[in-house]
Amino acid sequence: MTAVIEASGLGKRYGRRWALRDCTLSVPAGRVVGLVGPNGAGKTTLLQLAAGLLAPTSGAITVLGGRPADGPAQLGRVGFVAQDTPVYAGLSVAGHLRMGAWLNPAWDGELAERRIRQLGLDPGQRGGSLSGGQRAQLALTLAIAKRPELLVLDEPVASLDPLARREFLQGLMEVVAEHGVSVVLSSHLVADLDRVCDYLLVLAASQVRVAGEVDELLASHHRLSGPRREAGTLPAGQEVIEESHAGKQSTFLVRTRDPILDPAWTVRPVSLEDLVLAYMSQARDATRARRPGLEIAS
Amino acid sequence: MIRFAWYQFRPQAAVAFGPLAVIAVILAATGPHLVHLYDTAVGPCAVRDDCPAAVAAFIDTDSTLQSAVKLVITVLPYLIGVFWGAPLAARELETGTFRLAWTQGITRTRWLAVKLGVVGLASLLLAGLLSLALTWWYSPIDRASGYPWGEFAQRDIAPVGYAAFAFALGVTAGLLIRRTVPAMAATLAVLVAVQFAFPLWVRSHLIAPVQTSVPLNAASITGVGVVARDGRFWQVMASVHLPGGWIYSSYVTTSAGLPLSTEPATQACGGDSSYRACLAHIATLHLRQVVTYQPASRYWAFQWYETAIYLAVAILLAGFCAWWIRRRRSAGFTIRRQYTSPRAPVLRALAGQGAGPRAPREPG
Repeated sequence: MTAVIEASGLGKRYGRRWALRDCTLSVPAGRVVGLVGPNGAGKTTLLQLAAGLLAPTSGAITVLGGRPADGPAQLGRVGFVAQDTPVYAGLSVAGHLRMGAWLNPAWDGELAERRIRQLGLDPGQRGGSLSGGQRAQLALTLAIAKRPELLVLDEPVASLDPLARREFLQGLMEVVAEHGVSVVLSSHLVADLDRVCDYLLVLAASQVRVAGEVDELLASHHRLSGPRREAGTLPAGQEVIEESHAGKQSTFLVRTRDPILDPAWTVRPVSLEDLVLAYMSQARDATRARRPGLEIAS
Repeated sequence: MIRFAWYQFRPQAAVAFGPLAVIAVILAATGPHLVHLYDTAVGPCAVRDDCPAAVAAFIDTDSTLQSAVKLVITVLPYLIGVFWGAPLAARELETGTFRLAWTQGITRTRWLAVKLGVVGLASLLLAGLLSLALTWWYSPIDRASGYPWGEFAQRDIAPVGYAAFAFALGVTAGLLIRRTVPAMAATLAVLVAVQFAFPLWVRSHLIAPVQTSVPLNAASITGVGVVARDGRFWQVMASVHLPGGWIYSSYVTTSAGLPLSTEPATQACGGDSSYRACLAHIATLHLRQVVTYQPASRYWAFQWYETAIYLAVAILLAGFCAWWIRRRRSAGFTIRRQYTSPRAPVLRALAGQGAGPRAPREPG
C-alpha cells in the first residue's frame, strides 16, 4: 500500500502556539480518507501543510513522494479545496474556469464545463453572488479539473445546508468513481464521512488515535454490556476504548480481532459515529490525565 | 499566469486608462491653440517690447485646465499606490483567496512576480503616457516661463519613477498588513511623507551645486537697506540673472569675501544722501555677488537621478515582497477577520472588487 501523504514528527508552530506537534501518519493511496478530530486537533494545519500553503516548523511531510508546493509540477498533482471554499468575488464562474485553464497544465476544460452545466451554474455569475453550495461546487470543480492525483478537501461542506452537502458529496463520489483520484477529506460531520469515506483517520491533539478501513474498523469494534466488572478483567485481546458503569451494569467499547465468546455480554455493533466519539473522548481524557491542573476546553 | 493576471486586472485598467484617454483628447484639442498663442503673443514680444506682460498673460492661459491636469498628475502616484498596489496582495490574504491562487499549478513566487510585472508595467505606462501628454501640452507655457524646476515633479520621466515606487510600496504594505483598507491608509501616509521629504531634503543634494562669484553689477542692485538702528550696518540686495537656473542662495560680499552686513555704513548711503550717491559709493567698494545654483543644463541629470532612485527603491521593495512571500510560508498567512463596514461602490470599482466581501473563518 503506497502512501499519498506521509508525515513524520511533523510540527507547525504559530508564534508560541503549536497548531500541530510531532504528528506521524500515513495516508494510503486510492482511498477516500475521512479525517476527523476535535477543534484544534490540527486538521486544517495538516491539510494546509499537505497543500504546501504552509511549511513545517519541524519534521517532514511528503505528498505523492514529493515536497508540497515544490514547483508547479508538484502543485499540479494536488487539488486543494480550502475551508470556506474561497472564490474570487469579482470574477465570474467562466472567469474561474479560465483561471484554471491558464494556471494548470493538465487542465481538463471539457470536464470543468460539463460539471458547471450539470450543476446549473450560470457561467456569467460572479463568485461573490454564488450561494455557499454553489461556491463549494465551483471550488471542487476547479480542484478536480486540474486532474490531480490527490484531492485534499478541508471541511468543504461545513457551512452547507443538508441538501447542498449531499449534492457536493455526490459530485465528489462521481469524480472518485470516474477518475480514481485519492481523496483526503476533513469534516466534523461523521454521518457525511460515513457516506463517502472508505478509510478513517481520527486525529486528536496532533496524534493519530485510530486509522483504518471503515469496514474493518466497524467489524473489529463492539459495544459490550453486561454485569459490572472492571476493564482490567477483560481478555488480553480486547482493547478498551470507552467504558461506562451504571449501578450493576458495565458498558465497554472494545477493539478486538477475535470473536467475543463470553456469554455474559450482550454484543452490539458500533456505528462510525460511536467509534469516532469514543476515540475522541479517549484522547480528551488522556490529555486531561496528563495535565490534571489544567482546565481543558473541549 | 500573465493572461490571468491581465484578465483579473482588466476592470481596474479600464477605470484608469479610460479617463487617461479622455484627458489625452482634451489636451490634444487644446494644445495646438497654446502653440498658436505662443507664436503670436510671446514669440514676437521682443519686437513690441512687452515681453514681461505678454509672458505673464500667456502663462495664465487656460488656468483652470492647467490646474486640473496638474492635479491629475500629482495625485496619480497616490491613486496607483492605494488602488492598484495595496489591494494586490492584501485582498487575497484578507478574503482567503490566496488559498485558491497558490494551490493552482503555479508557485506563489511566480504568481507574485507576474502580478507585479503586469500591474507594475501598467502603472509605469499610465504615468508615462500622462506625463508625455502633459509635457507636450505644457511645452509652450514652460518655454515662456523659462524656469523648469518649479514643475520638475510633473514633467518628463519623474512621474514614472513615482508611479513605480507608489505601486511597489502599496504591494509591500498590503503583504505586510494583510488587510486592504489599513494597507491603503499606510500606503497613502508613507507616500505623502516621501513626496514631501524628497524635494525638501534629497533632491537638492543629488548633484553638488555650482558656486559663482561675480563682481556686483550696479544695474542688478534691487535695493539697499540699512539694517541696524544706529545706521551703522547696511545690506545690498541684488537680482541674479541665470536663465533657468535653480538658485539655492545668493548673497553679496565685500571684495575680501566677508559678509556685507559687517561693513560699517557710510555717509554715502546713510541719512539723507541720495540713492544715486549711494550706488556710486557701492561701485567703489568692488562688491561681489556669490550665487550657489544648479544650471538649467542639469535639468535632465536631475530627472534621471530622481527617477532612477525611485525605480531602484521600487525594485528593492518588489524583491522584498518576493522574499517575504516565500519566507512567510513557514509562518503562515492566517486569515484575519475581514472588515464589515460597507465600502462605497466607486472605491470597490477602482480597487477592482466586484461584489461584496465574504467573511472567512479562522482555520481551526
